[in-house]
Amino acid sequence: MATEWPCALFHIMRKGGLLSLDLPQEKEPAIELVGIDKRFGAVHANRNINLTVAKGSIHGIIGENGAGKSTLMSILYGFYQADQGEIRISGRPVAIRDSQTAIASGIGMVHQHFMLVENFTVLENVMLGAEGGQLLAKGVASARRELKRLEDDYGLEVDPDAVIEELPVGSQQRVEILKALYRGAEILILDEPTGVLTPAEADHLFKVLRVLRDQGKTIILITHKLREIMAITDTVSVMRRGEMVATRKTAETTVEELAELMVGRRVLLRVEKGAANPGGVLLSVRNLTVKDSRGVTMVDDVSFDVRAGEIVGIAGVAGNGQSELLEAIAGIRKPASGEIFIDGKPAAGIDPAGLRNLGLAHIPEDRHHMGLVLKFEEYENSILGYHRDERYGRGAMLDLDAICKQAEEQIAKYDIRPPDPRLRTANFSGGNQQKIVVAREIERDPKMLIIGQPTRGVDIGAIEFIHKRIIEMRDAGKAVLLVSVELDEIRSLSDRILVMFAGKVVGEKSGEAGEQTLGLMMAGIAA
Amino acid sequence: MDFDIFISILGSAIRLSIPLLFTALAGLFSERAGIFDIGLEGKMLASAFASACVAYWTGNAWAGLLAGIAIAIVFSFVHGFASITNRGNQIVSGVALNFVAAGLTIVLGQAWFNQGGRTGQVPPEGRFSAIILPGADAVREMPIIGPLYANVISGNNILTYIAFLMVPVSWWVLYRTRFGLRLRAVGENPGAVDTAGISVSWLRYRALIVTGFLAGFAGTYLSIAQSAAFINNMSAGKGYIALAALIFAKWKPVPVMFACLLFGFLDAFANFMQGKSLPLIGEVPVQIFQALPYILTCVLLAGFIGIARPPKAGGVPYTKER
Amino acid sequence: MSTASVPLPAWINYGVIPLLNLMLALFFSGLVVWAIGENPFEALQLLLVGALGRGEGIGFTLFYTTSFIFTGLSVAVAIHAGLFNIGSEGQAYLGGLGAALVALALDHYVPWYVTMPFAVIGAAVFGAACAAIPAWLQAYRGSHIVITTIMFNFIVSSLMNYVLVRLLIVPGKMAPETRTFLEGGQLPKLDWLIALFGGRLGAAPLNFSFLIALVMCFLVWVLIWRTKLGYEMRTLGISPSAASYAGIRYAKIVMITMLISGGLAGMMALNPVMGASARLQIEFVGGAGFVGIAVSLMGRNHPAGIILAALLFGILYQGGAELSFDMPAITRDMIVVIQGLVILFAGALEYMLRPAIVRLYQQVAGGK
Repeated sequence: MATEWPCALFHIMRKGGLLSLDLPQEKEPAIELVGIDKRFGAVHANRNINLTVAKGSIHGIIGENGAGKSTLMSILYGFYQADQGEIRISGRPVAIRDSQTAIASGIGMVHQHFMLVENFTVLENVMLGAEGGQLLAKGVASARRELKRLEDDYGLEVDPDAVIEELPVGSQQRVEILKALYRGAEILILDEPTGVLTPAEADHLFKVLRVLRDQGKTIILITHKLREIMAITDTVSVMRRGEMVATRKTAETTVEELAELMVGRRVLLRVEKGAANPGGVLLSVRNLTVKDSRGVTMVDDVSFDVRAGEIVGIAGVAGNGQSELLEAIAGIRKPASGEIFIDGKPAAGIDPAGLRNLGLAHIPEDRHHMGLVLKFEEYENSILGYHRDERYGRGAMLDLDAICKQAEEQIAKYDIRPPDPRLRTANFSGGNQQKIVVAREIERDPKMLIIGQPTRGVDIGAIEFIHKRIIEMRDAGKAVLLVSVELDEIRSLSDRILVMFAGKVVGEKSGEAGEQTLGLMMAGIAA
Repeated sequence: MDFDIFISILGSAIRLSIPLLFTALAGLFSERAGIFDIGLEGKMLASAFASACVAYWTGNAWAGLLAGIAIAIVFSFVHGFASITNRGNQIVSGVALNFVAAGLTIVLGQAWFNQGGRTGQVPPEGRFSAIILPGADAVREMPIIGPLYANVISGNNILTYIAFLMVPVSWWVLYRTRFGLRLRAVGENPGAVDTAGISVSWLRYRALIVTGFLAGFAGTYLSIAQSAAFINNMSAGKGYIALAALIFAKWKPVPVMFACLLFGFLDAFANFMQGKSLPLIGEVPVQIFQALPYILTCVLLAGFIGIARPPKAGGVPYTKER
Repeated sequence: MSTASVPLPAWINYGVIPLLNLMLALFFSGLVVWAIGENPFEALQLLLVGALGRGEGIGFTLFYTTSFIFTGLSVAVAIHAGLFNIGSEGQAYLGGLGAALVALALDHYVPWYVTMPFAVIGAAVFGAACAAIPAWLQAYRGSHIVITTIMFNFIVSSLMNYVLVRLLIVPGKMAPETRTFLEGGQLPKLDWLIALFGGRLGAAPLNFSFLIALVMCFLVWVLIWRTKLGYEMRTLGISPSAASYAGIRYAKIVMITMLISGGLAGMMALNPVMGASARLQIEFVGGAGFVGIAVSLMGRNHPAGIILAALLFGILYQGGAELSFDMPAITRDMIVVIQGLVILFAGALEYMLRPAIVRLYQQVAGGK
């Protein structure tokens, strides 16, 4: 066509910066969402969302779990289709039907749970989807070059021939980012990126993000961490219960204002508790070593005590052995060596049923797959782990009436909604599901309670409730071991804090310890 | 043991391993893509029937092969429709298709040929016959190499040679092509494939097409290469034994070949031992030989699982909508 | 809007959808019938009349139903614990040996109602024994139970062949079977049951084991939903990690479940061996183990559903036998095809129609 080459020349000159006409395209926002609406059955995940993100900025989206952030981003990435509404990229409406259109529109997503093939190399993962031809050999050389260029330009060093499952989590995340950049992403969406990083790694990530922004990329950061929003974003939007309730320039707002917008009311960021009054040792761990299913040592010669009437918090970035430590104490994973004593009695290697008989209760990290059977009705979950107890039925039989009665009592006491013990557990909200687990474990009046991530995916009202119950346990003379990746939660609840890094306890501090100090220890730096 | 006997057992071993080899390679592609296909048995049976029928009617072995492949691909599609598009339980789907194949082959066989479920005798031009490699007769008299070349390597039908060729071809497709990379990825982490802009469904369907293609060879071999007709239930559990070989070989092409040869050798040896007496035990009952491959499969599955790591996303339908 | 998360009322989930799936299976079977040159509607009519038309037909239907209830229960129990037991065929076969040994030992000396409980135990124990090794392999070695149970079907087939041909055969006779049991080793017919409804049992071998099957239905219901063991089985079947958290031992539950499952399958043998032919014959199971898979899936793994599904297949078997008199082209193997299609539509494709039904339901319900 006669108009072809002039058009091409025009675009080349514009892209190369030779034409700095103040064309509308340059002032257009990178992304606009207009009236996005999405339902999943009865759940109205996104209500009429409007959002504008300027090009070359870092925009944060904050909200509690279940506020609808991930749904919104999944729509942007083509994973879901919105029921209504329009998406505009650089001013042009785009129908994003699948990840392919999203990638073609310049959108790249760094997922919370990495989308990497674990037994492939970095290079193979980056090439997947853009191999450069039917035969791999052809594309490999140029892929390698391009990868090196990206690594150098943005400070994302990673060995292209390393196998993913052997890389530390921080490096794996770099691969996720490189994947997006390799496909030409101009808009990067990061979903809860710092959940698996140490404070130092998070800082490095932020440096990378700033470089990307300065080079003209647009970044959307989804997080529930107020501190991150303040640290890195230029603008921030708040989502609450499916709606976009506010947008601010980060410099013009505060943590308190954002928290209030997130929740809709004033929020107590720290729980109130009195002084601890510790008694005798109820949990004793000596030289415990635990390996994971691949034989990798995850807990390395760990020793500590928990006394009655105190809360010991284990701080650390996810993946440093805390999960395996909990599993070993809970009897779900056999330790490789070492000893565990509960109230003086040997407990290492005893199965969970036996441990419950010794007075141990366990609120697991993964309530969906471990703590609850979602397909069961609520009353059935209220006895999970204790189902062999005589009070739930004589001999081999189950006494459904007795079980339901107890379930109803727990529902009332813990304000579990909807108050229906015959309702399928999957139909309860995350917070209520967690309350079912907490009620079950606490109402057994155990001597010792071990807890993992008690408020993950739980709304703020339920968080306050659960924290109060944990303090009550401690005041009643129980021993509590708390594992959480939320440093705020650890600092808010714990009387003593142990920090785990790379499988070892690298330090112990009082509950009053500063975040800086703990952060350094979590990163493996100094004690 | 006499060298001649060894040669004859070896030749028999190769013949018996071919249906296993094709089937195991077929299973390799589907399992690496994350689809557990227990319906290999049914595909083998159905394609054996289809190829025998077409070979009987047309007198053309290659037409028979085409029919066998086509039928196996149809079965693959149904399995794919159930397990990919409808996210159904893959084992249930495979078991169902095995029954359908078992019943249909007999019903149609009876209706069309009226011989109690078997097809008519396929004429020689409708079969794959033995190929004598060049120089076989000349070297036959040479010590060791002679009989090996003349009776074991030469004298097989073309499907046998294709079967062994499929091993390096499979390796090459899996590890040196874009399709293979994506196939291996989708069996480990379909989410990674999806977010890379590749359709998980279509990729898995293509894997199943390859599965059907190879399974078609297996069935065709059974009815018009190894034999001269389709007989009721002629697959006799070979589809399951091939699965065991696949697991034993840890889902890799070259070990699969060795595993199938091993099973073939044991089968051939059992045939040889039939009717012969062992010291102390006397004559071994024929039923033990009948049961031997199945007992062996169990023994293998007992000893070596737990070390092998199957494709991570195997057997689980891919969903992304809540 | 996504239809996957819209809940449907129970009567649609457990009534309409299975019925539609069944009709799809029958539709495709009808196509096969048509392909081999017969009229599917005529075939269906002959089938229904043959199964339910006379007292004798109903008797035969219920006779087959009995076998399918046992094998259906066997598969269902295993599925609740997350195990797919394809070995009911072999477990029933070996169970027959157990029942036969008891009958052969006792039939000279005691009446049937004394032999019966021992025979039940014998059949169950032998059936369980057949399931024991695959169970152990899954529990302690992680070997896939689907493959090992299929292997054991073949192994038991060879074993029973040896036993019947070499060990238990009546000296001097050609047929590979035991001697006929005396009355003390037989289960009485249920002619009175058919007479209750005004019919005559005739030659149909409907026998006491039908009542045993119904009792087993109740006991299985109690086991799965009212006992602590059943709770542990269901937990393991839905969520192995929750089971591990709850202190439910994987190996123990797998073993116990498979032994119960094998035992139930073994009991199936009481029906043909002691209730019908009064001797142990080669391949007497005749595919009932596999039908059990279809029955369990169609019946949603619940005893009530299993009774209905078993009845359906009983109708198909008896109707099919009558049908083959008038339409010789449609052999017994057609039932295997139907069985496969039922498993396909009720099992693997069970949610295929769901999106369309959801839309229809929403239109109707919304329009009201």
